[in-house]
Amino acid sequence: MRKLKNIFFVLIFSVIVINSSNSAEKSHPFLETKWTFKGLFGKFDRSSLQRGYQVYTEVCASCHSMKYLTYRNLAEKGGPEFSEAEAKAIAASFEVTDGPDSTGEMFVRPAKLSDKFVMPYANEQEAKAANGGAYPPDMSVLVKARKGGADYIYSLLLGYSEPPEGVELDDGVYYNKYMYGNKIKMPAPLSDDLIEYTDGTKATAEQMSKDVTNFLMWSAEPHLEQRHKTGFRVIAYLIILTVLVYFTMKKIWSRVEPKV
Amino acid sequence: MSDHEYTPNSKFGKWFNDRLPLLTLANHLTDYPTPKNLNYWWTFGGILTFCLITQIVTGLVLAMHYIAHADMAFSSVEHIMRDVNYGWLLRYVHANGASMFFLAVYIHIFRSLFYGSYKSPREIIWILGIIIYLLMMAAAFMGYVLPWGQMSFWGATVITNLFSAIPLVGESITTWLWGGYSVDNPTLTRFFTLHYLIPFLILGLVVLHIWALHVPGNNNPVGIDIKKPSKDTVPFHPYIVIKDAFALLMFCIVFALFVFYQPNILGHADNYIEADPLVTPAHIVPEWYLLPFYAILRSVPDKLMGVVAMLSAILILAALPWLDTSKVRSAVFRPLFRQFYWILVADVLILGYVGAMPAEGLYLLIARVATAYYFAHFLIILPVLGWKEKTTPLPLSITEPVLGGSPNLAAARSDEKIEKTIK
Repeated sequence: MRKLKNIFFVLIFSVIVINSSNSAEKSHPFLETKWTFKGLFGKFDRSSLQRGYQVYTEVCASCHSMKYLTYRNLAEKGGPEFSEAEAKAIAASFEVTDGPDSTGEMFVRPAKLSDKFVMPYANEQEAKAANGGAYPPDMSVLVKARKGGADYIYSLLLGYSEPPEGVELDDGVYYNKYMYGNKIKMPAPLSDDLIEYTDGTKATAEQMSKDVTNFLMWSAEPHLEQRHKTGFRVIAYLIILTVLVYFTMKKIWSRVEPKV
Repeated sequence: MSDHEYTPNSKFGKWFNDRLPLLTLANHLTDYPTPKNLNYWWTFGGILTFCLITQIVTGLVLAMHYIAHADMAFSSVEHIMRDVNYGWLLRYVHANGASMFFLAVYIHIFRSLFYGSYKSPREIIWILGIIIYLLMMAAAFMGYVLPWGQMSFWGATVITNLFSAIPLVGESITTWLWGGYSVDNPTLTRFFTLHYLIPFLILGLVVLHIWALHVPGNNNPVGIDIKKPSKDTVPFHPYIVIKDAFALLMFCIVFALFVFYQPNILGHADNYIEADPLVTPAHIVPEWYLLPFYAILRSVPDKLMGVVAMLSAILILAALPWLDTSKVRSAVFRPLFRQFYWILVADVLILGYVGAMPAEGLYLLIARVATAYYFAHFLIILPVLGWKEKTTPLPLSITEPVLGGSPNLAAARSDEKIEKTIK
């Protein structure tokens, strides 16, 4: 009996090992970096989120939409936490088409806090036409939509290199060792000093990749901080209650004779 | 049943109870004599009831904010995640709740398999359970379609296409299910309606399941019939209630760890990409709890036979009370069955694993062997075991010594203890 149980656990263990080694074979291990949002009390690095927004709006936003985000989100708790005035100013720097007005005409006005992030293209077809047939995915939930999440996005941004020998690339196709199939239609988007951070941080490719990945993680999980905070409280409460109920149970069952 | 005649104390209580015997029911539920040696594997019945209620309550609120339309479903889910107060919590509880529900139901089913709870006189409880399980799978599958992500869409396409394997009428049935010529808006709206309906059907069946349970009473780890009420039983309240509560809290801690710290680990990343009928994902995989059956489906080269095999794998369970010919219920007294039981557990886990892998090469071979073994377990091993197996002596009661053997207690809390006493 015991032998059989052992065989059983060895079997499960080997399945897990084979599984993990298998997946390691297929792709490169992701680049390692420390994320502040991981762990029991994980929180976002506020200034990194603000820099991340800058990278998004100055670089990514020329092709990638973020259609589920609203400008007010930028000032909300648990996010980049721009002041309301800053968020209003950010919104006002974009133009949206509104209407129809009382005369039936559409009109253009500066965006408000309640507006969704302005999209770079009018529709998917236009986006494809402008990008060699490849559709730049909406980035609102991108981190959650990719296996590996933030680590994957971060690695991908830094994973560009010359193709190894024997790999032929078509025009407008680039080599990226973290991309599924290693071929990607987006050219390396970030390079050292591509932008100038308003807070004076040195804009290395690593720094920008990390900041923008942080920003994308927040945009995919805007309530992450609240989730961690609530989670800790809920679990602490449950543990205390479980202990109390355990002793109550012992007390109640002590009346039962004979013991089983 | 051993229910003594119950009379309410108050005059109004008596008046009311004579017209609608709710108080008699409440009295029956609190006094219900339960074997005192039930171990923690028996707490999953209560846990499952909790899971069902959690799914219904969170689902109800989610349905207030969700929009069942192919163009709006995905963004309405994002709306819930971002703008609805505690919408993220509701949705993560509901999504992970489905997984926890299945985790609990698998433990519940395998507990039944180990202790022979499906045997006479509990066949109806067991069959009701299988129907509940089938409905759960249907509800979970349709629920997974609602966010209208890539896996929702393509999972729905793969599963509904299975019906086209039915000879002659298959194509028409599939079209009828879809409400068109492919998975589209009509499919989504009907899935939403059915997803809302099924939990209430399950709720009704759960009532029957418990009702049927209260006729013969609980099985127990020793698997013998006991007198009720007697020294072998305790009243349901407070003994079992407090034990169930303790187990439920432990379960909730695990549940909360998923919801608050790994809410997406049991899902598939592709489902955060909005459904696109023109782009097929590289691997279409169902949720983890359906993987063993998916493996069985794919292990048969013929489409129709694959569907038949998959359905049989579930329906064969309904025949289990008659396939298992052994008179002894609990595996504790069935040394050979116990070994085959663990092999079956391993077999199902292997099926689940290969179900997640591409159906080719070694994986396909393993899936085929495991499928064959799964059916062999129920159709060959169990009937033969019942005739051939030499079972160990059963105790006379939970509290009395085994055949006058050890002066200590004979029955035990855990299998190990029983094994030791027997040796």
